[in-house]
Amino acid sequence: MPANLIIPFRSQPPKSGLFSLKDAYATMTKITFIQPDGESQTVEAENGLTVMEAAKLNDIAGIEAECGGACACATCHVYVDEAWRDKTGKAADMEEDMLDFAFDVREGSRLCCQIKITDALDGLVVRVPAKQF
Amino acid sequence: MMDTTPAGPETSGVAEAAASSGPIETDAIVIGAGPCGLFAVFELGLLDIKSHVVDILDRPGGQCAELYPEKPIYDVPALPVVTGQELTDRLMEQIKPFGPQFHFNERIDSLSREADGRFRLTTDAETEFLAKVVVVAAGGGSFTPKRPPLTGIEEYEGKSVFYSVRKIETMRGHDIVIVGGGDSALDWTLNLAPVAKSLTLIHRRDEFRAAPHSVEKMRKLVEESTVRLLIGQVTGLEGANGHLSALDVKTASGTERIACTAMLPFFGLTMKLGPVADWGLNLHENLILVDTERFETNEHGIFAIGDINWYPGKLKLILSGFHEGALMAQAAHRIVYPDKKLLFQYTTSSSSLQKKLGVK
Ligand SMILES: Cc1cc2nc3c(=O)[nH]c(=O)nc-3n(C[C@H](O)[C@H](O)[C@H](O)COP(=O)(O)OP(=O)(O)OC[C@H]3O[C@@H](n4cnc5c(N)ncnc54)[C@H](O)[C@@H]3O)c2cc1C
Ligand code: FES
Repeated sequence: MPANLIIPFRSQPPKSGLFSLKDAYATMTKITFIQPDGESQTVEAENGLTVMEAAKLNDIAGIEAECGGACACATCHVYVDEAWRDKTGKAADMEEDMLDFAFDVREGSRLCCQIKITDALDGLVVRVPAKQF
Repeated sequence: MMDTTPAGPETSGVAEAAASSGPIETDAIVIGAGPCGLFAVFELGLLDIKSHVVDILDRPGGQCAELYPEKPIYDVPALPVVTGQELTDRLMEQIKPFGPQFHFNERIDSLSREADGRFRLTTDAETEFLAKVVVVAAGGGSFTPKRPPLTGIEEYEGKSVFYSVRKIETMRGHDIVIVGGGDSALDWTLNLAPVAKSLTLIHRRDEFRAAPHSVEKMRKLVEESTVRLLIGQVTGLEGANGHLSALDVKTASGTERIACTAMLPFFGLTMKLGPVADWGLNLHENLILVDTERFETNEHGIFAIGDINWYPGKLKLILSGFHEGALMAQAAHRIVYPDKKLLFQYTTSSSSLQKKLGVK
């Protein structure tokens, strides 16, 4: 899969099925998204993508990502599970500034387009907020 | 993302003057000064079609200037890398020979056809236009302030929840709460402190993105107890019949209730389709349906280009919008100059085109 794929700007994003074909070189990492009502969905995503891209490719509800990952919209807000906060690290300054535009920011709040998927995040759990805005 | 900056009183003054002197007559109205609207001015200009351009924002560039001015774009032909702002600046330079007239800080609200076939358009500042053709280059739609998802906020909007203030005087004597940490929040804190009964600035953290000198001034007002700074987040609204009386604010030490009769939340802008939906144009999932020969809508003489349009195969890319503008201009020429034959020409070799561009 091309690394430079800009998902939200194509009117017809490739179907997620295409990406589940395991590429011999790609390493897949498991990420779990928990909805406000408790429903959880675990997806497999390729390292190097962002958590936002993994969410969009798998049609996770509640991740809007209006700006396509440019850290310019704050509509990909998630709460990183406490156990994973060390591994995901803290938001950079630009992301902190953009979090000002998110609603109900808490400890563990991140813009998930700014979290790159690596082996270290295998099993990552994030919660989707009740509203992006 | 930039904040909305306070509209100075002079903005409305200008608009009033324009409204009182009758509608502005022009060949073309371009709705939206994003990259596609700007390039449309160029393509129209080459065919001797004069444009007025209207945008809600206070400057040109649309998404490129508002959402990602500093970020690189890699797929604009012949520009291996260009930032959103650079692209905007270059387009502005490219269209300069055609002297387009810009109307910023104004939103086109209504669009209707006159008996003589022209279109009448009106802005929210009551500027009126009469145009032979209309080019809708409204992108993702109107940039509108984000509404905090607080239960029942809609019923307070316009009465005690405001996303902008036209006249400072209307805020006199209120318990004002401003929410946010950017330039709009800080500018309004400084502007409204002198007229408020009380003013509380609420922000989620004790750090501000706003210009350092505004932050400094705000801190001074806090020291003098003119302004109260509260670190926290609004969680609930209290009031009746659209009139706020108090807010619940979650802070590090619990929930606090504070008096509030006017709230100004500043959480940036988002794009909403807006008035475009009400002009009787055929839509496809909130986008304007066009043909791919002229990029014309179901209304003859109204074209739609760039992110706002849809046709089979549509890609929301800047380069697609440029192509759409070129074809649109050919069709617009037939309406503006029905008796003139259009000759296909290259800018490289046509002396008449070069004259228009001011290079000959
Ligand atoms: C983060 C990000 C990265 C991107 N990267 C790329 C990229 O690499 N390559 C690429 O090709 N594209 C990219 N895009 C997409 C590109 O920016 C858009 O395709 C482009 O901006 C569309 O231009 P436009 O002129 O159609 O509309 P816009 O840029 O959306 O401008 C429309 C303008 O119309 C105004 N408007 C709307 N309604 C009204 C009204 N009623 N009255 C007055 N004004 C109105 C709006 O205020 C706005 O300024 C990116 C977008 C984003 C958000
Ligand atoms: S997708 Fe816009 S900030 Fe993450």
